[in-house]
Order: sequence, then structure tokens, then C-alpha cells
Amino acid sequence: MSSQHLQLKVGLAEMLKGGVIMDVINAEQAQIAEESGAVAVMALERVPADIRREGGVARMANIEVIQEIMKAVTIPVMAKVRIGHFVEAQILQELGVDFIDESEVLTPADESFHVDKFAFQVPFVCGACNLGEALRRISEGAAMIRSKGEAGTGNVVEAVRHLRSIGSEIRRIAQLSPQELVTTAKELGASLELVKYIAEEGKLPVPLFSAGGVATPADAALMMQLGAETVFVGSGIFKSEDPAARARAIVKSVTHYQKPEVLLEVSRELKRAMDGLEISSLKPEERLQERGW
Amino acid sequence: MNRIGILALQGNFALHKSRLEELGAETLLVKSAEDLSEVAGIIIPGGESTTLLRLMDSELREALVERISGGLTTLATCAGLILLAKRVHGPSQESLELIDVEVTRNAYGRQVDSFVDGQLHWSSTGRALLAQYELEEYEKYASTIFEGVFIRAPRITGVGENIEVLVERGDEPVFVRQGNILGLSFHPELSDESSGIHQLFIAIVRSNTENA
Repeated sequence: MSSQHLQLKVGLAEMLKGGVIMDVINAEQAQIAEESGAVAVMALERVPADIRREGGVARMANIEVIQEIMKAVTIPVMAKVRIGHFVEAQILQELGVDFIDESEVLTPADESFHVDKFAFQVPFVCGACNLGEALRRISEGAAMIRSKGEAGTGNVVEAVRHLRSIGSEIRRIAQLSPQELVTTAKELGASLELVKYIAEEGKLPVPLFSAGGVATPADAALMMQLGAETVFVGSGIFKSEDPAARARAIVKSVTHYQKPEVLLEVSRELKRAMDGLEISSLKPEERLQERGW
Repeated sequence: MNRIGILALQGNFALHKSRLEELGAETLLVKSAEDLSEVAGIIIPGGESTTLLRLMDSELREALVERISGGLTTLATCAGLILLAKRVHGPSQESLELIDVEVTRNAYGRQVDSFVDGQLHWSSTGRALLAQYELEEYEKYASTIFEGVFIRAPRITGVGENIEVLVERGDEPVFVRQGNILGLSFHPELSDESSGIHQLFIAIVRSNTENA
């Protein structure tokens, strides 16, 4: 794995900043997403809300579905693999997808190990609930970190928790003395090298995006104000009553996340958002964020 | 007024901003026509050109066309170049038509085909431009071999008569100039500054402001 590879992987993640990445399940939705101003699409067979409802084993999407979406748009196409399923990743790289999400939304394939992402040319994004998890994924080669908000619930509370946790841990480390960093690295289960980077730079070495539970322009702007650099929207768009209008509104809310007057304007016209789920009503085994470590 | 704007609708604006600030320039993130009226130069960064087009309201779009065609010093990279190009293929797409080049989007392929070329250097025209703006480290930049990071990059497939080629890759232009507009298909903000591209841009902005 050369530093050039990492430069290209993180470079693409940098290009996606300040944007919205939308879950789509066919070419038609992908085109709506692109026309609405999405910076990338996530090609799926089912959106998380349906995966959650239907249950069973959720795997990498059907190749035909992904390929149809790749043909339909010119923006980058991402696709998900199961945690630890490096062969699904090999197949997606061969297919030419632009980014792979090693995702807790799918059923994990390995209970101990995540994919060695340095072994791939294609960049990976991974979820994290806290800084330790984010740094472990970066040590494995992730080029982008996203929160692990409860996908398919239309409820941002968990994504908020994750971004706040990552942000406050970063701010705490920035205050520590060099001798305290070794213990912190041990406590976080992360490499000392990365903890030192955090202490010096006050940020992750790769972009930090938000994912999970965003259903409205206000949710998206909330994630941006909490420090996310781009927002993934899963079920929130195509499970709402007005996908195209909502997609455009969320895109605009991310660009102008610091301007309440714009947020009001884009929120005004929208119809009903997707139905939401209260996280505390989920059984422990239904909490997707517990997957991965 | 010496501030340099970076169009910040979407994309890689943050790295350009920190690069300019490291080099001592004052910056402003530009999201509206009003912001644009406060800058003496503008960077149109990489990102997704379809997204940038969608996010640009008519007021900002008109202001960009008016100021850039009126001589505002401009550095456009990757998606930024697509936005300013006269003709866009792969597939064809509307643009602001401010620089007389033809570009083909994603012409090198998908992300797995993105690459770093470590063998770029200034053409004689490029070196003359460095000399003209009397960059402090002119000798270093003029003789250097530098890298270009190409990420899902557009290819410059045709240039008009008024285009100067500042950097070539093989016999293909990757950095061109038309008067006040500098256009690149690669990302100088993702490399170290051995090429002097941001330094040159700042020098041009300063010189124009002083002469104004």
C-alpha cells in the first residue's frame, strides 16, 4: 500500500465534502438523486428501513442493480459489503464501484475482523460510534469515517451521540501532555501514532461524515453544525412522500447549514417525512450500531 | 481588498483555504453573489460538477460570469474547470463557458483509475509566467519535477487559440491559461507545494490588486 494510494483514496473523500450521499435502489432513483445535486449515490438492493423490516441476512447488493445504477449516473457510486467480507469487496472493486462502505447495515460476515482495506485500490468508508472505533478503522485503511446512527429509523439521536462523542474525545486529546497519550491510546484501543496525530492536528486524518437517521433538511444541517463534513441520507429520501423535493432541500440545507433563513425556506414546502422509530423500542439485537468493534 | 475567495458550495474548498492561509493570504468562503463581491480572486475547487451547477443560484451564477469575464483572477481545478469550460462532454453538460477548452468528464475512468503522476513540470510558457510574476523561489519551481493528483479527472481534449498550455502530460494539456483564468485537471491542494501553483495564483492576485 503506497502513500499515493492513500492520497487518491482520501482525495476522493475530500471531493465529496459539503455534499449529500443518497441511498438508491434503481437507476430511476439514482437519476433523481443526481439531478437533485447528490455528490454520490449508495447503490443498494433495499434501503435500511426495508432491511430492518424484512429481516433475514442482508448481503452485498445484486450486481445487476449496482451496474444499472453505475450506468445511470456520472457521480461516484458507492456500494456496501458486510463487515469482514473481503471477497464481496474484491467483487465490487472488480466491478469498478468508486467507494465501498463496510457497513453494519448488512449482516456481519466476520465476528472478529474487519476487512484489511489497505489491500484494496478502491477507497473504503467505515462507521464508528466513538473515536477509538474510528481510529481502529483508519488503522485498517479506511479513507473516510462516518457515524453509525441507527439506519432506517428516521431518528438522528444516535448519529448525534456518535459525532458528539468523536468531537469531544478529539478536543480532550488535544489538551493532553505527550506522556498521557500512550495511556490514552491504550484506553482507546488505537495506535499511538494516530492518537499523536489527533493531539497535534485536532481532527481525524480522514474526512468525518454523518450517517444514520437523517430524514429532514433540519437533521442534515444539525449533523453539519455538529462537525460532519458531508451527510449520508439512507431511507430518509425515498421513503418520504416527496423524494425529489426532499432531496433538493437536503442538498441545499447542507450547503447553507449555517443560515437559518435558508433552512426555513427549504423546509417550508416539504410534505411528510418518513415514519420514524424510537430507538429505545428496538431490541438489543435490532440495534445495528452494535455490529462491528 | 486583497481577500481571495474559494467557492464553497460543495467540494474540496477547505484544503485550498488552508493552503492559501499558510502562504499568508486572506481568504473568504464564497457561497453567494454578495460574498463574491468582496474578493480579489477566486478558486473554483474540485467536487462534483453536477452538484455545483445545481447549487449555484442564478444570482451567483451571473455574478461569477460577470466578474470572471471582467478579469477576476481565477483558479479552477478539476470540477471547477468543467464548470468554466466552453464545451463539456462525457456526457455533455451545461457550463459557464468562460475558458475556451473542451473537456471530457471522467475521461480516465472511474475511481480505481485515478492516479498520481509524479513527473509533471512547467512548460516554457509556464516558466515564463512564473518569471513574469517574480516568484521568490522562481528557480526552484521552474526546474522542479512535481506531482499531479488526478481523481476521476476530466481530460482537456481541445483548446482554443487564446489558450496557453502551462503544464503538459505527454502531449496532453493538464494546466492551461486564458488571460485571468488558470484551469487545471489535477489537484495541487492534495500535494505539497513543490509546483508553486498556489504561490503563482496569489502573486497574480496581488499584482492585479496593486495595479488596480
